[in-house]
Amino acid sequence: MIFLTVGTQLPFDRLVRVVDEWAGKSGRDDVFAQIGPSQLQPKWLRYQTFVAPGEFAKHVAAATLVIAHAGMGSILYALELGKPIIVMPRRSELNEQRNNHQLATARRFRELGRIMVAMDEVELLSQLQCLQIPSSMPRIGRFATDEMLKSVRQLIEG
Amino acid sequence: MAIRRVLAVASGGGHWVQLQRLRPALEGHEVAFVTTHQGYADEAAPYRFHVVNDASRSRKLGLVLLAFRMLAILVRERPHVIISTGAAPGYLALRIGRLFGSRTIWIDSIANVEEMSLAGRLARRYADVWLTQWPHLETPEGPRFVGSVL
Repeated sequence: MIFLTVGTQLPFDRLVRVVDEWAGKSGRDDVFAQIGPSQLQPKWLRYQTFVAPGEFAKHVAAATLVIAHAGMGSILYALELGKPIIVMPRRSELNEQRNNHQLATARRFRELGRIMVAMDEVELLSQLQCLQIPSSMPRIGRFATDEMLKSVRQLIEG
Repeated sequence: MAIRRVLAVASGGGHWVQLQRLRPALEGHEVAFVTTHQGYADEAAPYRFHVVNDASRSRKLGLVLLAFRMLAILVRERPHVIISTGAAPGYLALRIGRLFGSRTIWIDSIANVEEMSLAGRLARRYADVWLTQWPHLETPEGPRFVGSVL
């Protein structure tokens, strides 16, 4: 199963359309999408506009691949559960978000080697077409490092 | 260790996920969570849990409502410490909480790689501790870097 998510705040129709088109052309019927507050009616994806937090974790856990907007919630869930993730950043000039921080997030996390990034629909389609899903991925721990936790605790108790 | 009343505030989504990654740092204290969706109640357990409306800068009425709601929560909880990973609810919690004499901690989202978030910049004057999760964003005038949630 492939899980597509665009986050809860805004639709991201540009992303949903590409994945829908790809699913249709490649004959995949195992893509489930959380499409946000959108009017789209994808043809080849099972979809919901919203997925409750508990359900979201289950979908990520069941997926072999996560495709997402470049939101930290999506990225952190995928990393925690050891799932490969491809993100496409939202762009403010297309009214997909208020600012362009997702571009910076996507670039930085790609540099860290933790996620795959497609900067636009063309790149995404091309990555999906040559898809080779790794059978396992390193997981990050469930919590921040002990060092960070200790620092935060000291700031709270200080 | 003196037990503190800690109010931990985060919008739903990435902000909440990051706050939960810091949870062991809160344990042992009297913690209450504030977020923007009822669906996170299970994750907040066994701590107290409040839901507020998800407001952003572009919807003024929502922000006013949020401010009143946050005030009510602060009166109820009277926290010693308020900690937030953003966004607007966290800013308001810090701003109002400061008036009550709470110690305020802002941890900017790890998503903000190139500069502090808008809410973070606005929260600066109400934050006793003002943190970024990226070392290259640290400056002598703030924000400070002490680590990240990764």
